[in-house]
Amino acid sequence: MVTHTVSERNQTGIINDDKALAWATASNVLDPEIPCVTVGELGIVRDIELIEDEVTVYVSPTYSGCPAVLAIEMAIETELLKVGFRPNIKRILSPPWTTDWISDVGREKLRKFGITPPVNASSKMGLFGKVNVECPRCSSNNTEKLSEFGSTACKAQYRCKNCLEPFDYFKCI
Amino acid sequence: MSKILTKALLELADDHLILGHRLSEWCGHAPLLEEDLALPNMGLDLIGTARSLYTYACQVEDKNKSEDDFAFLRNEREYVNCLLVERPNFNFAHTILKQLYFSVFMELYWAAALNSDDEMLVGIAGKAKKEMAYHVRHSGEWTVRLGDGTSVSNEKMLQAVNALHLYTNELFINTENSDTYISKNILPDRTSFKANWQKKIKTIFKQAFITYPNNNDELLGGRVGLHGEELGHLLASMQSVHRLHPGAQW
Ligand SMILES: [Zn+2]
Repeated sequence: MVTHTVSERNQTGIINDDKALAWATASNVLDPEIPCVTVGELGIVRDIELIEDEVTVYVSPTYSGCPAVLAIEMAIETELLKVGFRPNIKRILSPPWTTDWISDVGREKLRKFGITPPVNASSKMGLFGKVNVECPRCSSNNTEKLSEFGSTACKAQYRCKNCLEPFDYFKCI
Repeated sequence: MSKILTKALLELADDHLILGHRLSEWCGHAPLLEEDLALPNMGLDLIGTARSLYTYACQVEDKNKSEDDFAFLRNEREYVNCLLVERPNFNFAHTILKQLYFSVFMELYWAAALNSDDEMLVGIAGKAKKEMAYHVRHSGEWTVRLGDGTSVSNEKMLQAVNALHLYTNELFINTENSDTYISKNILPDRTSFKANWQKKIKTIFKQAFITYPNNNDELLGGRVGLHGEELGHLLASMQSVHRLHPGAQW
């Protein structure tokens, strides 16, 4: 991979908007535990500040104890270094990350990967406040919760009573 | 800087770290696969919150310190967690009840902390409150399932109440000399949560056919560093790698 310093890029006109490049570079890092979606699509990258070639990326961890947080921060740092920035990662807790920040593209990718995306608080509530969680394979609503805690902090375990397959649900927080 | 605020933060952080470590001890030992995932997952939440609190305590007290200094280089007399969280897991019923007592309290605490004038505490509370709601649901559902289960599971829940209830009063005692921090709306007032806590626990106990104890027995000491022998064993295991390889990087 050819790397350029920021000033070189400007001279050669390869990329004329460094901030856009920094955003794209940071956002395109894949989530290490759900590698079908990028951290941008999950809404983890909140903001970017650019002063010359020094870029500060503000990231919002999904869960307090999420072991992926450090891996994500290091990956963002590495990718930014590769394209010639001097990266600085800042973790912000407030406002807390919410599943509402997952983009539509991200939600669709999760579904294709076999993980039902979070059901928005108001839109899909069934009777008596029960949430309808759709099977990512056959789209049936005839599903049941096995456990509120799954293979990672952000997922719950469900079973489809129509196609009989178990699946992960990205729980709503 | 402020010793009192640091002490209040360490009380919170130590509660989360020690209970988080206790939950991690279930890994590979839980009665069901789902619980084998659930308990350590909740432990991760607690340890994550502890890390944020230790990091904040470093900013308040001493910028040269790190979260690891607090977690791995203090002895049991320097730990200020309440006695409830250090109680050994014993059996699943004990663990569930301990989680219920603690998470119902913390959900109330974090909800109040959201209105604090301290921005850092508000940030930590925002994440922790959402996670605590899951923990309350988990331990609440299990309390009912066990209490309203077989005569054996009911008996085990009753034994857990007998063994653990006297440790709960310590949750409602404010950090020593923290009155100004409470009146300045920095720290929530722990004493103010007692009525709501009791109400919620009593509601769950009723569904679970568990009698709420009406005696006033209490055991205190954790906040001044007076712990049971079991905390020493926990720390020995938790801190051994760090102490064996001080400052190791990988
Ligand atoms: Zn299905």
